[in-house]
Amino acid sequence: MRVRNLTVALGGRPVIRRVDLTVRPGELVTVLGGNGSGKSTLVRAALGLVPATSGRVELLGTPLHRFRDWVRIGYVPQRSTAASGVPATVREVVAAGRLAGRGLLRPLRRRDRAAIDAALVAVDLADRHRDPVAELSGGQQQRVLVARSLVSDPDLLVLDEPLAGVDLAHQDTLSALLAEQTARGVALVLVAHELGPLARHVDRAVVLVDGRVAFDGTPDEEATAFGHDHVHHHVAGPGDAVPGIPHPLPATRPGTPR
Amino acid sequence: MLSYEFMQRALLAALATGLTAPAIGTYLVQKRLGLLGDGIGHIALTGVALGLLTGWAPLVTAIVVSVAGAAAIETLRLRGRTSGDVALALFFYGGIAGGVLLTGIAGSSAATLNRYLFGSITTVSDSDLLLVSGLAAVVLAVSVGLAPQFFAVCQDEEHARVSGLPVAVYSVLIAVLAAITVTVAMRTVGLLLVSALMVVPVATAQQVTRSFRATLSLAMALGVLASLSGVWASFQADTAPGPTIVLLALAGFAVAAPLGGMLRRHRRVRAPFDDSGTVEPHEHEVDHPHQHGPGCGHRAVVHGDHVDYVHDGHRHVPHEGHYDEH
Repeated sequence: MRVRNLTVALGGRPVIRRVDLTVRPGELVTVLGGNGSGKSTLVRAALGLVPATSGRVELLGTPLHRFRDWVRIGYVPQRSTAASGVPATVREVVAAGRLAGRGLLRPLRRRDRAAIDAALVAVDLADRHRDPVAELSGGQQQRVLVARSLVSDPDLLVLDEPLAGVDLAHQDTLSALLAEQTARGVALVLVAHELGPLARHVDRAVVLVDGRVAFDGTPDEEATAFGHDHVHHHVAGPGDAVPGIPHPLPATRPGTPR
Repeated sequence: MLSYEFMQRALLAALATGLTAPAIGTYLVQKRLGLLGDGIGHIALTGVALGLLTGWAPLVTAIVVSVAGAAAIETLRLRGRTSGDVALALFFYGGIAGGVLLTGIAGSSAATLNRYLFGSITTVSDSDLLLVSGLAAVVLAVSVGLAPQFFAVCQDEEHARVSGLPVAVYSVLIAVLAAITVTVAMRTVGLLLVSALMVVPVATAQQVTRSFRATLSLAMALGVLASLSGVWASFQADTAPGPTIVLLALAGFAVAAPLGGMLRRHRRVRAPFDDSGTVEPHEHEVDHPHQHGPGCGHRAVVHGDHVDYVHDGHRHVPHEGHYDEH
C-alpha cells in the first residue's frame, strides 16, 4: 500500500494533511495517535471509503480508482459490535469475508468452508461457530471480525483497532497470528491506541498528530521520541494544587509500610 | 369457503404477501431500517391518488411512485446528507400529504382511499392477482438468490465496500424491492399496515432463532401462516381481513416472546462450564448429606473432564468422599 501526499477533508475541514505512508509486503506498520488525530480516516481514505481531496493511493501496485482485486484485501472496520438487527451466527458473519471471490448465485464450496473453519480456529472461536454473535462479549466479537478479514487469505490486511476490548491472553494469540501473516508476506496496516503485546512484532510505527505524520520509524525510536513527551509535575506549591486533593500529598506511596 | 372464486383469489394474494413481506423485511430489520416499509407505504399513497386522479390503474401508479420514493430515500441516506430515520420522515409526511391532497382534487371519497389504506383483499381481480403474483415471484427470487450479498451489505456496509460489493446498487435494490412488496401487499393488508407484515414475523422469528438463515426462513413461514389464517378467520368471523392478519401476526409474537426467553435460559443453564479459567483449589463442602448422581434432581453440567452439579446457585463436584465447591 502506497499513500502519497494524501489530503482528506471531512465537511470542509482538513483531517489528513499531506500524508505519505508506504507498507511493503511482509511489513507490519502501526498507525498511532490520539482520538481525532485522523488515524481511522487515513486508512479509510486509503481503502476508498472516504473520498480524498488530493493525493495518490496505490493498493497492491494498482491506483485506487482502478483497483478491483478486493479479494486480496482484508479489512477490520472500527466497530463496537459485530451484531446487527437480526441474529447471525459467528460462522455466517465470517463467511461474509469470502464473498469477494465468490460471484453471484454461487453456493459455498468445500474450499470456502475449509477457509472459514481455519479462520475460526485461528482466532480460537471454533467451538462458538454456531452461536449468535450478539451473545459474545465485545472482545470475542472483535475476534470474529479479525477472522472475517483473514478468511479470504488476503495480501493486504487493514485493521482498525482490532485489539479493542480483547483480553490480554487473546491479544497475545492475535498478535502471534498477525505476526504469522507478515511472515507469509502479507502487508499489514494496524490502527491502534496502544500496542500491548503487539509491540515486538511491529516493524514501523507512524504517529499522526492533528492529521500530519509526526513520526515514522521503528517502535523503539517512537518510544524515545514520544514515550516521554510530557513532563510529570510534582505538586510544588499551593498554586499547583488540584482542588479537592489534600495538599501537600502524603509523602508515602500506597502499599509502603509506614 | 374455497368454492367462492373471490376467496380463492384472496388466499393467493395473501400467500404472495405473506411470503414476500417478511423476506425483504428481514433485511430491513437487519439494517435497522424496520420502518422503511411504513415510509414507502405512505409514499405509495400519493401514487394511488395519482392513479385515481388520472384514471390509470392505482396499482401501477403506486408501484412507479413508491419505487422512485424508495430509491430517493436510500440515495439521500447513502450520500450521508441525512440519517436514515430523518430521510424516512421527509418522505413519510410528503407522501401522506400528497396522497390526501390529490385524492381531494380527484373528488374520490374517503371510502375509496380506505380500500388502499387498510386493504380490500376480497375485491382482488384476476388481472390484479396476475400482476401481484408476478411481482412477488421477482421479489422472492432476488431476495433469496442474492441472500449472501444482501446479508453482507446489511450487516456491515463498510466491510461490504472493501469486499468490492457495489453497496449503493444493493442498497437501492433492497429499497426498490421493499417498494414493490408494499404495492403487492397493498390489496391484502393495506398501506398503513403493510410494514407490520415486514417487521412482526421477523421479530417473532428471532425470539427463537440463532442464525440469519433460520430467521429468514421462519419469518417467511410465519408470514404465510398469519396471512392465510387471517383471511380464513376474517371470512368466518366477518371481520376486515387486513387488521385480522396483522393482529394474528402480533398474537404470534406475544406467544413467541416468553417462549424465546425460556429457550435462551434453558440453553444458558445447559452450556458446559469453561474449563480454562477455573481457579483451583476451592472450598470443600464436607457435611453434604445429599448424594449427587444421575437423576438426583440437580442439573448436571459438563465441566472439562468431569460433571458439576448445580446446587443452590453454586457448583458441586464429588471428590474423595466430599464435595468441592466450584
